[in-house]
Amino acid sequence: MRRSILFMPGNNPGMLLNADILGADGIILDLEDAVSPKEKDAARILVRNAIKYLGYRKSEVIVRINSLDTEFWTKDLDEIVPFKPDFIMVPKISTAADILVADEYITKLEEKLGFEKNTVKLMPLVETALGVENAYAIASATPRVRAMLLGGEDLTADLRCKRTKEGNEIFYSRSRIVVACRAAGIDCYDTPFTDVNDAEGLIKDAEFAKSLGFTGKSSISPRHVADINAVFSPTQADIDYAIEVMAIIKEAKEKGLGVVALRGKMIDAPIVNRAVQVLEAAKAMGVKIDE
Amino acid sequence: MSKVVSSLNEIIDLLKIEDGMTVSFHHHLRNGDYVLNMVLEALAQKGLKNLTVNASSVFDTHQPLIGHIQNGVVTGLEANYIGGVVGRAISEGVLAKPVTFRTHGGRPSDISKGTAPIDVAFIAAPTADTMGNCTGKYGKSACGSLGYAFADAQYAKKVVVITDNLVPYPLTDFSIPEIYVDYVLEVDSIGNPAGIVSGTTKITRDPVGLVMAQYAAKAIQASGLLKNGMSFQTGAGGPSLAAAKFLMDIMLKEGVKGSFGLGGITKYMVDMMNAGCFESLLDVQCFDLDAVESIRTNPRHREISAMQYASPNAKSCAVDSLDVVILGATEIDTDFNVNVHTDSNGYIMGGSGGHSDTAAGAKMAMIIAPLTRARLSIVVDKVLCKSTPGNTIDVLVTQHGIAVNPLKPELALRFKDAGLPVCDIHELKRVAEGITGVPKRIKLGDKTVANVIYRDGTLLDTIKSVR
Repeated sequence: MRRSILFMPGNNPGMLLNADILGADGIILDLEDAVSPKEKDAARILVRNAIKYLGYRKSEVIVRINSLDTEFWTKDLDEIVPFKPDFIMVPKISTAADILVADEYITKLEEKLGFEKNTVKLMPLVETALGVENAYAIASATPRVRAMLLGGEDLTADLRCKRTKEGNEIFYSRSRIVVACRAAGIDCYDTPFTDVNDAEGLIKDAEFAKSLGFTGKSSISPRHVADINAVFSPTQADIDYAIEVMAIIKEAKEKGLGVVALRGKMIDAPIVNRAVQVLEAAKAMGVKIDE
Repeated sequence: MSKVVSSLNEIIDLLKIEDGMTVSFHHHLRNGDYVLNMVLEALAQKGLKNLTVNASSVFDTHQPLIGHIQNGVVTGLEANYIGGVVGRAISEGVLAKPVTFRTHGGRPSDISKGTAPIDVAFIAAPTADTMGNCTGKYGKSACGSLGYAFADAQYAKKVVVITDNLVPYPLTDFSIPEIYVDYVLEVDSIGNPAGIVSGTTKITRDPVGLVMAQYAAKAIQASGLLKNGMSFQTGAGGPSLAAAKFLMDIMLKEGVKGSFGLGGITKYMVDMMNAGCFESLLDVQCFDLDAVESIRTNPRHREISAMQYASPNAKSCAVDSLDVVILGATEIDTDFNVNVHTDSNGYIMGGSGGHSDTAAGAKMAMIIAPLTRARLSIVVDKVLCKSTPGNTIDVLVTQHGIAVNPLKPELALRFKDAGLPVCDIHELKRVAEGITGVPKRIKLGDKTVANVIYRDGTLLDTIKSVR
């Protein structure tokens, strides 16, 4: 399930120890903004050991490395890739060429380590105007790119506008990212909602992101995770409909029917796929489904 | 006739307190208490020796007790809980005779049976009249309930009420009646209000604590016990309070009307009653100012004695009607035995209090604790001290999963059905030790520094000195 991804500072052992029990579907172990330049090496070792020893069975593991214009990113990858995180998040990706630089380096590491190609996936963090404009090119640059995150804070700085709770200033960017990712067949995560104490605002923001087509939403606070999960989870009505769809499809197969309809609407492959996704998500949430 | 006397010295003379006697104290003034130190100092000044102190609990503010032990004034100590400062001295062997640890229910039981006789009870009372009717509800040192002092008043050979708010006879809203009281002493202050009750008890903001609290509330919901008429007790620790808050949300959402909240009472239990989650509160001890205010003003918030709270010797007691209790632990072993007496180095820093009483009485006793603390697993092969027997503990809630006692397979099924992360307690230990490594077993000394007496009066465990 990919509803919530949670940023965790890579230099805080106490938080790393419990990173995967906070309910987030993915945890982003951060080597970039959360860590001062003087502590980069310590955080890198800490995050490496956390993945190695803690296993993180309950969440996907995403490591945000330092940006490609720093001296740190290759060392980050050298230390982290051998421990097979699910994703490497690369910040400040503005062009397909950018992400291909990271892809090439990881490919070499994977070859050296004897890993199957694309074992470690990429999640570019798009947070510049140029990145938004190039979103589809980035999303489809390499099969290693399997998800994308929109970073609203840096983006609005680049756009020279104010970041607001309403988020009108990033409406175009959000839509553009969703369309690019869906066109490329990858997942897309929305920017974090940064007011930790405004649960109502968070839910509104997450609902809006969901309505645009985002897969899920990132968060900087463990307190936001449950609400994000709730917003991006299928509703009981979704689940009931999916169960009906699967039942009709089963019946059609048994009767050898090619085309079936439910309440006057033809049930085709996309609807079945959607039903399967809904039921998988529901099961992962612990909802009991009698099939 | 007046029972009011002018000084502690006069009382000591009047009562003919002698070497070797037992004096008792309650702990409602908690870490703000002045009375235990005040009385022991007077007894020491009189040159008395070889006294036994029976206090329902000993806090860090009672540090002077260590000096009295070293000087031979005090040679015996009985308590339900001993804080880290005095506890450390005990663990290091300051007292020749082992401490007797009881439970909040076992203490009044043993006092009433005569197995823990008290010669003189000194009862700190935030308000008292001249004949000794007294209460904790009023006065500058108000502490709310005086639940732990009832047995002392009823069964001690002599009873002295010490107050800093003497009012004319009769005090009508009394807790302890004059019929038990021999003398009344007025002093400037019986305690420091800042230490008596905490201004506010706070729900944890720690995300790990909140995860545990949410699991705990969901487990209660899934247990089948969350229905109209449910009764509930929780501790005053951060995750326990958070669990109560989440439980309140569930109860309000589902329209569940509980019966009573029990135990040490905090603001959150008061809030739950006022929100309609409980019909009443049965209060043996108030933890904060909101609880004190509530017990003073709300007739549905009822003071009860420790005997009514938890005594196995009473014809019935409240813990026997309790559905769910949330408790803490310093260690729990794979047989679900719980240690709340010592820290991981073996030093005394607590005690059963009502832990084993409520665990024995409640239909579901739940431990809530982080899987690792500092550098150690909370789950161990064998606890350093068995404070509460494993066969009375049903569930361990940690942030990494919920272990259910194999004696309660139906609970495990219910939790699994609700999608809760149920796992074997050995698996939790394995996960924890995967993080912390397997610690070396600490080596304790040969001297027995405390006997842990179970609520029924039997010896449950002994605590050894720390080398």
